[in-house]
Amino acid sequence: MPASNKPAEVSGTPPQGRTGTGQPRLRLRKLTDKSAGVLFWVNSLLSAVILLGILAFLLYYGVRTFRETPVVGFLFGTKWNPDAYGEPSYGIIPLLVGSFLTTLIALLIAVPAGIAGAIVISERLKGWVRVTVKTMVELFAGFPSVVLGFFGLVVLAPLIARVFHVPSGLNLLNAGVLLGLMSLPTIISVTDDALRVVPHSYREAAYALGATPWTTAFRIVLPAARSGILAAVMLGFGRAVGETMVVLMVAGNAAIIPHSLFDPIRTITSTIAIELGESAFGSTHFYALFALGFVLFLIALGTNLVAESLIRREKRSFTL
Amino acid sequence: MTGRPPAPGRKLRRVRFASNAGFWLLAIPLALFIAFIVYLSGYLFRNGVSVLSWTFLTQAPAEGMTAGGIWPCIVGTVLVTFVSLVFSVPIGVFSAIYLAEYAPNNLLTRAIRSSVRSLAGVPSIVYGLFGVALFVSAMKLGLSILASGLTLGLMNLPWIIATAEEAISAIPGSFREGALALGATKWEAIRHNVLPYAFPGILTGILLALARTLGETAPILFTGVTYYTKQLPTSLSSKFMALPYHLFTLATQHDRILEVRPLAFGTAIVLLVFVLLFDAVAFVFRLRSAGSNKWQV
Amino acid sequence: MTQTKIAIDKLNLWFGDNHVLKDVTFGIPPNAVTAIMGPSGCGKSTLLRTINRMNDLILGTRVTGDIVIDGESIFADSTDVIDLRKRVGMVFQKPNPFPKSIYENIAFGPRIHKMGGRADIQQRVERALRAANLWDEVKDRLHDNAFSLSGGQQQRLCTARCLSVEPEILLLDEPASALDPNSTARLEELIRQLKKDYTVVIVTHNMQQAARASDWCAFLMLGEIVEFDRTGRIFTKPRDQRTEDFLSGRFG
Repeated sequence: MPASNKPAEVSGTPPQGRTGTGQPRLRLRKLTDKSAGVLFWVNSLLSAVILLGILAFLLYYGVRTFRETPVVGFLFGTKWNPDAYGEPSYGIIPLLVGSFLTTLIALLIAVPAGIAGAIVISERLKGWVRVTVKTMVELFAGFPSVVLGFFGLVVLAPLIARVFHVPSGLNLLNAGVLLGLMSLPTIISVTDDALRVVPHSYREAAYALGATPWTTAFRIVLPAARSGILAAVMLGFGRAVGETMVVLMVAGNAAIIPHSLFDPIRTITSTIAIELGESAFGSTHFYALFALGFVLFLIALGTNLVAESLIRREKRSFTL
Repeated sequence: MTGRPPAPGRKLRRVRFASNAGFWLLAIPLALFIAFIVYLSGYLFRNGVSVLSWTFLTQAPAEGMTAGGIWPCIVGTVLVTFVSLVFSVPIGVFSAIYLAEYAPNNLLTRAIRSSVRSLAGVPSIVYGLFGVALFVSAMKLGLSILASGLTLGLMNLPWIIATAEEAISAIPGSFREGALALGATKWEAIRHNVLPYAFPGILTGILLALARTLGETAPILFTGVTYYTKQLPTSLSSKFMALPYHLFTLATQHDRILEVRPLAFGTAIVLLVFVLLFDAVAFVFRLRSAGSNKWQV
Repeated sequence: MTQTKIAIDKLNLWFGDNHVLKDVTFGIPPNAVTAIMGPSGCGKSTLLRTINRMNDLILGTRVTGDIVIDGESIFADSTDVIDLRKRVGMVFQKPNPFPKSIYENIAFGPRIHKMGGRADIQQRVERALRAANLWDEVKDRLHDNAFSLSGGQQQRLCTARCLSVEPEILLLDEPASALDPNSTARLEELIRQLKKDYTVVIVTHNMQQAARASDWCAFLMLGEIVEFDRTGRIFTKPRDQRTEDFLSGRFG
């Protein structure tokens, strides 16, 4: 942010002389000024505290899990069965695999389609066509996830069952496809931003050499924007990995490691959503869900921070 | 990109053809995506429009949810969203003003800004967990509109801070300097020379956050939403019904799922219309104010 | 009677409602340096950018009249703009190398126009860098990033990049305006060398540069050609009062 946006404080006394009504008004104005500053500072502090508090809380509750069950078992256990009579297991692996695989399928769909779409939008479309397409993409980004989950349940599941001859369409594939659709707007917007930040002078130089728009886009613009595009993929990843309702409604809800696209699975998010209501407050199960939440939080935060720094890096690379 | 690509000659070289063909190829996934969006919207409307009526919107569900309307859901959703905004808009906007205008430009501030933006990407279920731990139990708010509203407010907060801060930072420094040079205090400069111009951007951000909050289910799942209440919520500590959760239960938990499906479609449409309405208002607002930004050449 | 490489005939150009070029008519001879000079904002760059149809990229541009290169109009339906831009190279006011290595910058043009295999391209790169008087300075660091070069070197790099696709005509848009006097001198020396093999058109608002570097000179003011003649004669015996006023510094 440019330093010029931050002017210096008003200080000192006004010149003596003909200002007349100055003094009491000025004191009030200065008091208001000070109060405003304090108000804003307090709010900002509150925000920071709240946001840090979330982290702390999750950690605090999550760590309590490990009073009853070993950390190693949590991190590396391959069975998630908290309600098993006698020997409950809290292995995160099936859930991680579920999250990872659904996100993988989602990205396999969304990354090529998203980058291709963004190239077309940024380098080829103009005027009202461009605005319309971008608006539709952004509007879709606002579709509530329950609605998409509903669609997956009502249309996609029977379709998958019919086309692939499997008994149920509530599975990994269904969730992956829907998550891919949900990540598309993110990848398209962020990639479009990344492409538009590339200075126009690069394109001009290429055109002046007789390059076609395609060659310019692929040989010059795309490589120049690669950090930003990577950021787009990471943000798409973050979106997919954090989605709850869609997975809840269409992924089949089985905490197993899948052997095919048509197996039902659970992700970290859907597990929390399903089991939080069932677990007794203060039980190990309850705390284990917080441990899951903490892991999810770290993944999401980490991905976002890396994406942020990639975007900054792209912007900086053009100001040499 | 300022203009159109080179005008074609009649004898198009293979190179030019390849370039255009390439873009057409790339456009296929995009076109399919747009087609899907249109199809999805059409599908939902087609299947649910039969259920929509004034009674649907203004009556409570009846006969085990197989008939009646979704009025309590609408009320619940509106209330809980309102509570969340009451919490997050002031804190968010004021924090944004601090970040944009008062915070020194050092590593800590940059870290805070980065964190705020990253927190906007944290999954909503995590906020739900936090809401259960803090609001429902630790603060003893129980399952209530207040607990859910605060949880949603927490979720909103990073979005609102991020968009408001962007809107404020976009105002050129010269606006502030001009005011200060005339002897205004810092707050006066901000109030008269910055906020009025940043207002459209801030409002757009709030509207978009509102639209997203309307459709969120995960944060309210365990903090106050419920399947059925006999009467409308009477206070902030009542449980409530909400549109997204209603859709969820009608679609997955009801024992006569197929029978209530049309109602589910109806609920989906109403929810979608709410969300799209606010999004559309935000877009129109953004377009109109972008046009009048005389300082943005 | 000198030959004409580029014949500009009653060229008019509008940006929207703005009539920027008015009935411009003159002929640019081959293997010589022609300077287009005039006060700021009179349309010099626009005129230059019309020759390789870079103005096509700006929405709302309208053109009447003609530009004929070697007997063929550049606006004809049968003219391929891609090919035109290969034959007519342009060096911009602010150096704009690609964010790639020095080698890759020069190799880009030949690659996209499929001018040979790896060995061919290597030769072309060296030839272009030599022709731009840059080879000796960069031959040991061809794979360094182009931005590590100084401003003057970057401008010569951009020139070499043009030369690598073997154009016939070179358009230079105020190429030295961002450079210090030393780099400017070296660039002007390069320009004098280049005219042996290419037709060079250079836009400048610096009349001393026009006097130093060019053989022919067109004086453009407010979108109109006021005078066009050999440099020597324009500077010593200008026919039009406006030319004389410009040369004597009565306006800039």
